[in-house]
Amino acid sequence: MLRNRFGKVVAGAATGAMLLAAAACGGGDTTEGAPSAAPTDAASSAPAAAGAKVGLAYDIGGRGDQSFNDSAAAGLDKAKAELGVEVNELEAGNGEAESAKEERLRLLADGGFNPVIAVGFAYSASVAKVAAEFPDTKFAIVDDDAAKGANISNLVFAEEQGSFLVGAAAALKSTKGDVGFVGGVEVPLIKKFQAGFEAGAKAVKPDIKIQSKYLTQPPDFSGFGDPAKGKTAAEGMFDAGADVVYQAAGGSGAGVFEAAKAAGGLAIGVDSDQAKTADPTVADVIITSMLKKVDVAVFDFIKSFTSDSVAAGPKVYDLAAGGVDYSTTGGKIDDIKTQLDDFKAKIASGEITVPKE
Amino acid sequence: MSSSFTDRLLGRVKLTGWVSLAAPLLAILFAALVTAIVLTLTGNPVIDTFITLVDYGSQPRSLVLIINNATTYYLSAIAVAVGFRMNLFNIGVDGQYRLAGLVAAAVGGAVTLPAPFHPILIILVAMLVGAAWAGIAGVLKATRGVSEVISTIMLNTIATGIGAYLLLEHWGVQLSANDIGTKPIEPSGQVSGLALIPGTQTKVFGLIFLAVAVGIGFHVLLNKTRFGFDLRATGRSEQAAVASGVNVKRMVVYAMLISGATAGLIGMPQLLGESHTYNLNFQAGLGFTGIAIALLGRNNPIGIAFGALLWGFLDVSSNILDLHKISPEIVTIMQGVIVLSVVIAYELAHRYSVVAEQKRVSRQLAGAASTTHKEGAAA
Repeated sequence: MLRNRFGKVVAGAATGAMLLAAAACGGGDTTEGAPSAAPTDAASSAPAAAGAKVGLAYDIGGRGDQSFNDSAAAGLDKAKAELGVEVNELEAGNGEAESAKEERLRLLADGGFNPVIAVGFAYSASVAKVAAEFPDTKFAIVDDDAAKGANISNLVFAEEQGSFLVGAAAALKSTKGDVGFVGGVEVPLIKKFQAGFEAGAKAVKPDIKIQSKYLTQPPDFSGFGDPAKGKTAAEGMFDAGADVVYQAAGGSGAGVFEAAKAAGGLAIGVDSDQAKTADPTVADVIITSMLKKVDVAVFDFIKSFTSDSVAAGPKVYDLAAGGVDYSTTGGKIDDIKTQLDDFKAKIASGEITVPKE
Repeated sequence: MSSSFTDRLLGRVKLTGWVSLAAPLLAILFAALVTAIVLTLTGNPVIDTFITLVDYGSQPRSLVLIINNATTYYLSAIAVAVGFRMNLFNIGVDGQYRLAGLVAAAVGGAVTLPAPFHPILIILVAMLVGAAWAGIAGVLKATRGVSEVISTIMLNTIATGIGAYLLLEHWGVQLSANDIGTKPIEPSGQVSGLALIPGTQTKVFGLIFLAVAVGIGFHVLLNKTRFGFDLRATGRSEQAAVASGVNVKRMVVYAMLISGATAGLIGMPQLLGESHTYNLNFQAGLGFTGIAIALLGRNNPIGIAFGALLWGFLDVSSNILDLHKISPEIVTIMQGVIVLSVVIAYELAHRYSVVAEQKRVSRQLAGAASTTHKEGAAA
């Protein structure tokens, strides 16, 4: 017993010693692992902003989810190209501690990144806390209105309005009168997508059959990043008679498209224009996508920073402001465009109020 | 002196002598080597990465974060270790602590009590719920012989479903437009942090003492009580335990109850120390981390503490690697390699010591034989 315990002590000490040794070896001849200077576009058209270093923290999934995070990434890329800002991006890990989110923002702020952008409501408490510690740094958070402060901008979206439009599109394109909704995780945010979708479908066809399924429930957030789950859920819907399925499931959406392709059905994308971002082999099943223009919000925020006109507090990106919309890539809904634009005008003018749950 | 691989894996057979020092050293060296190879293959600078890790990991704030992570991991690993010691594979720690955290947070938010009683009530509720949820698997095994591996996996899924239903339909209040959680716990129920590490504002979880107490309790229970002896005996050999009068079925239920009660504590440091609500950010998956750390620490309370700190260090480091454009997945690879190397290194050490023992004995026998031979010749 005692000997074994001693073994552990030695093991711990050995770890430290080994790491220190490694540190000592490398101290002389190598440079510190400093953040590699992002290749800045020297010929930038906005010299005033050239000094800005933008830090961005993604939600689970990060760059490459073809959906929510990629939309934020697109805004960042645009800012880099057009405004000449330097950027650094950090990614959230699945099942990480709350302190890890906080530390991510703090590392960015501490490293001189200003502004700092947090993508996703999970950063709410962390942004509020870290923004208070760094009053001279501007923060923005996407999808959250709870974090408040003089240096916090809240970029929020009317997802239900955009979802209403694609719900109407689904009902208009469905020949069987049966459509489906696949939500990533059963959280209030995704319920807004569902509520809007259902309202839109019913506005076209009051007796339409709507199948709804969430892939996982909190605290299990794997439903936003598991294509296999999305595929199984969508297969079930197509088997049960649906012919158009809308997915609000982040990275799991790729599986929904596969299922639609296999079943000869149609699918509707989310957040990004997925007829462009999804795998080309399945992209042809995507008739439209509910655009949640996180890219516009992120770009606008960075631009306002470079022109020194950042406004704190919530900024709502709704249909009237062009923050949400539907895509027409592929020309598959050109025939119903006038009807959709009619709904769009009515929502923007307030004639139709879309429910949030 | 024969022992099964499982006995050796779960630390029921101890190494003695210098090999007990060599095994962990070998494991760490091997893990470092593999990590270096992975870093090289992925085009990352090996030395720089290690420097970055040590630099960042030794800063005061990082130390606090490491300790806080380790506190949570430690409780999880001890919960798993209680089962391991009796040959019970409690995979359900994950579901147990999530459900316990939710119910405890809801109760804690619903009532207001004088300061010392409020957190105590919350902690007791968490232990009860965790024990009850694990107890289902224990009773199923004792009465129906259902493998606890299967039943706890299923109970994990059921816990997720029940938890989501309770949170979304009953106990949840809208914390913001997109977040939902239990009613926040009043300050009387919170356990404030401790400024243990100088040079940073970040505080160590007050409930670190709870984790220490659980570790001591685990050691005392297992090694100084009759119950602990019965538990270890059942773990080594069920038939032998039955023969010596141990009621194995009752031991199964008790072990699961204790494992579950400990699991109930996992969410408490974060809940009472920082978040004060069970919301959508409640950390999931800690039960599985606990399994890895229990193996790493070979079910020994001190070993687990080192395992938990090492794991916490690696987790905390992932952000700084990401900032320096080194893929944070390196950390996950390191964690996996370390667990594997520890398992392999200890197994090698065991085999080596068995062979060494055999050689020693045969030398002695040979020596004795030759002496006899000489004596015989002399006669």
